[in-house]
Formats: sequence, structure tokens, C-alpha cells
Amino acid sequence: MRYEAVIGLETHAELLTESKLWCRCGTRFGEPPNTQTCPVCLGMPGVLPVLNKRAFELALKAALALHCVINRETFFDRKNYYYPDLPKNYQVSQNYCNLGRDGYLEMSADGGIRRVGIWNVHLEEDAGKNIHVESPGADYSLVDLNRAGVPLLEVVSAPDMHSVEEAEAFMHTLRRLLLYCEVSDCKMQEGSLRFEASVSLRRPGEEKLGSRVEIKNLNSIKAVTRCLAYEIERQSRLLREGGAVEMETRLWDEAGGRSERMRSKERAQDYRYFPEPDLVPFVVDEGWLERVQAEVPELSLGRRRRFVRDHGLSEYDARVLTEERAVADYFEACLAAHNEPKSVANWIMNEVLAILNERKVSIAEFEVPPQRFAELIEAADKGKVTAAAAREILGKMIETGKNAATLIEETGAETIGQEEDLAPIVEQVLAEARKAVQDYLGGKKKAIGALLGQVMRLTGGKADPKLAREILLNRLEEMARQP
Amino acid sequence: MPITREQVEYVAHLSRLKLSEEEKDRFARQLDAILQAVEKLNELDTDGVEPLVHVAPRRNVFREDAAGESLPREEALRNAPEQSEGCFKVPRIIE
Repeated sequence: MRYEAVIGLETHAELLTESKLWCRCGTRFGEPPNTQTCPVCLGMPGVLPVLNKRAFELALKAALALHCVINRETFFDRKNYYYPDLPKNYQVSQNYCNLGRDGYLEMSADGGIRRVGIWNVHLEEDAGKNIHVESPGADYSLVDLNRAGVPLLEVVSAPDMHSVEEAEAFMHTLRRLLLYCEVSDCKMQEGSLRFEASVSLRRPGEEKLGSRVEIKNLNSIKAVTRCLAYEIERQSRLLREGGAVEMETRLWDEAGGRSERMRSKERAQDYRYFPEPDLVPFVVDEGWLERVQAEVPELSLGRRRRFVRDHGLSEYDARVLTEERAVADYFEACLAAHNEPKSVANWIMNEVLAILNERKVSIAEFEVPPQRFAELIEAADKGKVTAAAAREILGKMIETGKNAATLIEETGAETIGQEEDLAPIVEQVLAEARKAVQDYLGGKKKAIGALLGQVMRLTGGKADPKLAREILLNRLEEMARQP
Repeated sequence: MPITREQVEYVAHLSRLKLSEEEKDRFARQLDAILQAVEKLNELDTDGVEPLVHVAPRRNVFREDAAGESLPREEALRNAPEQSEGCFKVPRIIE
């Protein structure tokens, strides 16, 4: 018996703000413990929160990018529970009236477009960090409250996903969306992006959902995919053996590759939500909504489709170039100066991305501005310099900051494209590379490659490859005719 | 429906309060009286009346996103019963 998995995901993303949600403490990651706190985020008696406007706008932007219905008058609620990383003993979140609801995320799956429902998008505060002391026999834990009160976006998906692959596509697509919108840096290793999954199984065609298991402590997309595969297998086995899945919350152990029960739903927590009396409601008027809507950029999927449609790129090229918004922006800025999409795409993918990858930096740190890069590509496309020479020049542009035209001039990199200039070099190669010449005349036509390589070497890569090949072939033919 | 002792125990547990037997009985009676008083409001016809979220008439009280000074760490930790390595020291957390 095969079962169908039903998967929902809750995503938490720290918003890109300078200060916390309710106070002016900073939000930098990796500061010494408890150096970014104040009476407000420490939960001292009598303090009052004041909402960070930027955090609210970023959450609104994310909700709009996810096609949500915006609740034009929204408010916050207290979620009451006790945990050492939560100094107030309640988390200010949204429960009764989320900022956004009933949206969707479009992602590509199985060669088509899939929509995954978004139940709601809301704003809340992050908790502090518990540090579990590893030393043997330690009977205490440590708490760092630097993160307490950092603005957090929560995105709750509908249980619309049915395979590990779909869940994975959802997470990557949502991450790209948040990065494109510049609402979060999504650094999973710093905890800026975290997931919780819920999984149940049912017989195919059945409407009713099975008992739902929630899994927490998922700190990377890889952890979620591993944990989902494990959980689907665990539940399938239980059902096949005639058992039942119990509604519970489990904790994922990434090192051990398994999940363990955290609490059963019978002892489910009762958060006793109620409206936060320390904050007044928030109203989004038409003008504000339009302003933020205008800030929602074209997202990766739309851009990818446009690159295929308008620029004639392959699906693969379009996907690589739209993976990061800044790279797609760079590509289009190059096109504005030199409108040869295929050529520009190749240069960016083969050269720029390789350089960035090797240096492990983003395109923001790439020294050559798009306009100048476009000039170099144009020179190569017009045959002014060869591809090999252009690559050399790119290296020098990065080093010196000079433009392509200057460097071509300075280094004499211009293509040797005149027959009278190339012919003597070809003669020299034919005289020196006897073996290759013999091979060619003996029928090994491939030997032309070695000869052409020699011509390129002698000219420092500046020979016009087409012309060089032509002269070589002509000369070899002559030699073949001679006895 | 009167408030039961079990309900008082449940709410006390949620709030991590330890109540004596006498307190449980007393709070059950008091909570019951409070809820009866509130119940009186149900006599009003509230059809078409929007729920009130906040009594203050103001909306959109924001601050701009600018980081300011935080407390020195010694100050932040001053009320902690115990501290270690610049952190609040708490009983071992078991998930």
C-alpha cells in the first residue's frame, strides 16, 4: 500500500532591520552575549514596546510578494508560554488578525508551474538563544538575549505539498523570494531562516488528513529534506504494520539523522492568546499599500520566464542567471550597453560566476561594472579581440580598474586578423611541428587542433582563430598536393 | 457553568503557580463570581458591533528603524540570580 504524504511548512525569517522590533537595540549577529539588550527586550516590568516601522513594511512587502490578502487593520497578540529564552513569558505575535492571509507561492515543479497556498504571513519577535553546556555533569544552561526581540517574519504554508522534492522546491523558491525582496538575508548558518514541518500520510484519493506530526529544530533546507524523508518512511512503516500515527511534536536530530518525540498532542500547549494591550492597532491605508506594492520586485520565476521569452535564453541559462537578483540585474545592465543576450549570458556564466565562485564573494563585490564588462564583450563579439585575449583583459580590468579599450591598446591585444600578419606565423608552426603535420597528411585530421593551438600560443592567443584555421588548411592542402 | 477545581488547577499549571488546597477552592469561587459578572454583558445585543481591540483611539504608533545604545552587559545581568560567561545561568534545559 502506497501512502500520499501531506506536507506543510512554517518558515521563520529574521527581517533585515538595524534595530529590534520593539526597542532600539541592534540586531547584529555574532556580538558578545547579552550586549544588545535593554529593559524592553529583557522584559523588565513597566516597559512599553514601540513598533519598528521598517519591520512592519518589510513584512507587508513579503505578504504582498506572496499574493496575500492584506488585513488593512491588524493587531498583535500575546502568546503565553514559559521558556528561559523568552524573558517576558509571552511572545508578541499575531494570531487573530495576521498581516497577510490566503496567498500563494508560485514555483516550478515537474517542468510546469505549481502554486502552493500560503495560509498566513505575520510579524512577531524572535526569542533569545539557549546555550546547552556540553561539559559533563553540567546541571545548567546559559541564555543569551541578544536575539530576543529581533523582528521575525512567519510564513505558514497550506499543507499543499506531497513529496520531499516539492517541499524542497518550496523552500528554495521562498528563500529566493525573500532575498529578491530584500526582506531577509536568509543566512541559515546564522539562524536567519528556519523551518518547521508538519507531515501526515493518507491513502491516495482520500480527503481526510491523517494524524499530523510536527517537527521542529530544522536549521537548513537539507535538514528539512532529510527529516521529511525519514518521517514519511517512519509513518509508512507504522501504518503498514497496522499501527497508528500519533499526533505529536518531534525534534530533529541532524547529527543522528533521526527524530525524537518532544511532546504528544494530548499535552498540547495552550498558549492563551489574547490581544496585546501594550500596542495599538495598525492601519495600512491605500497610499501606503500602493507604495509598498510598487517596491515588490519582479521575482525570480517571472524574470526567468521573461529571459527565455524576450532574450531567447535557454531554460538552463535563464535559471542560472535569475538564481540571485543581483546577478540578473547585472545581466540586464550589460544588455543595456550591448544587446547580445546569448553572448552576455555566456560571459557572465563562464567567467564572472566562476570568478565569484572561486573567491566565494557575491556579484556586489565584482570590480568590473556592467557597462565596462559589456564593452569588453562587444569587442570580443566584433572580433576586435579573441575570446582568449578578452579573458586575459578581464583579469587585467579586475586588477587595474582600467577599461577594455585602454587595456587592448596598452597590451596590443588586438586580434591579428590580417592574412599577411598571420601567414609567417603559420609557416613557422608548420616548420616546427613536424609530427602534427605528418599526422595530418597521414589522414589524422584531428591534428589540425594541435597546429592551431601552436598558432594561438605563438600569438599569445591573439590570432583570429577562423582566419588562422583557414590559412593552415590551405597550406596543408598545398603540401598534400606536393609529392 | 461553575468553575471547577480542575479548571483552576489547569490554569495554575499554565501559569506555573503552586496553589494550596484552600486557595484552589477560594479561587474557584472568586473566578466563578468574576465570570458571572462578565456573563451579564452577554445580555446586550452586539449584532453588527465590531469587536474592540484596543481602548485607546490611536493607531499606527511607530518608531523609525535606528539602532541606539544598549545596556552595558553588567547592567543587563544585574538582576540575574546566577550568571556565567556573560550569560544568564538557568537550570539545565531538557527538551
